[in-house]
Parts: sequence; structure tokens; C-alpha cells
Amino acid sequence: MTLVAEFDASPTRVWQLWADPRQLERWWGPPAYPATFTAHDLTPGGRSEYHMTGPTGDQPRGFWEILEADPPRRLAYRHGFAHDDGTPNPDLPGMTAHVTIESIDADRTRMSIESRFPSTEAMEQILAMGMAEGLTQAVGQIDAILAETSIRSA
Amino acid sequence: MPATFDADHVFAALADATRRDIVVRALDGREGIVELAGHYPMSFAAVQKHVAVLERAGLVTKERTGRRKVVRTNIEGLQLARGLLDQYEALWRGRVERMTSLITSTMGDDA
Repeated sequence: MTLVAEFDASPTRVWQLWADPRQLERWWGPPAYPATFTAHDLTPGGRSEYHMTGPTGDQPRGFWEILEADPPRRLAYRHGFAHDDGTPNPDLPGMTAHVTIESIDADRTRMSIESRFPSTEAMEQILAMGMAEGLTQAVGQIDAILAETSIRSA
Repeated sequence: MPATFDADHVFAALADATRRDIVVRALDGREGIVELAGHYPMSFAAVQKHVAVLERAGLVTKERTGRRKVVRTNIEGLQLARGLLDQYEALWRGRVERMTSLITSTMGDDA
């Protein structure tokens, strides 16, 4: 999934939104789940850690492993989930994001974010199959009920 | 269905090849965990864990048929998961809006 956005600002200003944890906290989480970044290091091999605070006090935790960082132009990170104690949760593989920030005009910047889930295509295949199967199952169930009805009335 | 149908957990659940295979096998809901486990070259505990992840994500349910407990794919869950891809995009749109507000509210602070 690729998202493209344009801002009336310089690439450096847009990079700041990512690099300054206090600014990042103001947009990463939705209003109901604000994020708090407890660690933030945008260098290759670096790591960021955050938790989000939900309305009932739940605090899901996540982290970024920085794959590439070339301020203010490019950032790539692998996003993962963590247990409550901060250790990575291997049962839930995360996704990879590639961010590109480029100047398109004086004080106008384009930011692209390409999110890659492991095996997006395979996932979409499964989802499509579920839709088709749901239909087939419904038809199968109707057939079964009809068959049972005709046996009983025989 | 779990109370919160969580996009990240659903995508994470479907990101694993074994779990995708389980989702396909469980569509007709005929096998219990023991029979399911027989299809994979891994420990029974490992398969149980995969099923638990799928259950948590709302993609399969465990139901009793007669005296057996079977694992069945939750079609509704798969259909909702499809809509989640759209929601994921909406999540990023929200982020972009907030980024725009930040930029607008700090005009003149260009580093």
C-alpha cells in the first residue's frame, strides 16, 4: 500500500515531524490512542520504542527497527509489536515502511509511504478466497437443508 | 468475534504461511486441532499457538460439534479483514492530517 501526501513545507521540516519524538507523538497515534515514544533513534540499526494509551488505560507497545535513514530524504523501518515488558512479540510479524521525502517546489514537499506487509499478495489471495468460499458455503448449507427436507418428507 | 477487531493483529496473523494454510483448511470446519496439527512438520504446541493467534485475530473460532471441538474459519472475519486494508489507508490519512496541522501551526519555525 502506497500513500502519497504533499505539504507546504520544506523536506527538512517534514523530516522533523519524524525525527523529533515530541512532534512524532502528536501525529503517530489517533486521538483516542495517543503515542508516547520512550526511545527514538533514526539511524540505520537504530530503534524506536513507543506505547499507545487507550481510553481504558490499555497500553499496546510497538517498536521500529530502523533499516535506512538518510535525512531528510529517506527513512525505512520495520514496525513490530512488543509484549508488555518490551520484548518483541515474534508471533506477530509487523510490516515494513519505506518513506521518501522529496522537494517538488519551493517550500513544497511530497512524502510517500510504502507499507509492505509480509506476503501482501498471499494475504489478498486468502481474503479473496474467503469471500468466494463464504458464498460457496452459503449455497452448500442451503443445499444441505433442502436435501434433509426432501429426505424427511420422503 | 472479539470485541475489538484489530487491523494490526489480523494482518500479523495472516502474515505467516502456516497460519494462512490453517485458515484455508479450516474453511469447512471439519478438523480439530489434533487433525490440523497432523498436516504440519512442527510440534503440536506450535500449531496450538498458531491457532491461538488466529483466534485472537478473529479469523477462526473453535466450536463444538457433537463431542468434538473443531477449528472453523470465521468468514465474517475474513470479509472484515478485507475492509481493513481500506482502514489502514484511513489510518495513514489521519496521520497525514495531523502532520499537516503540526506544520501549519508551527509556520515560521522552519529549521
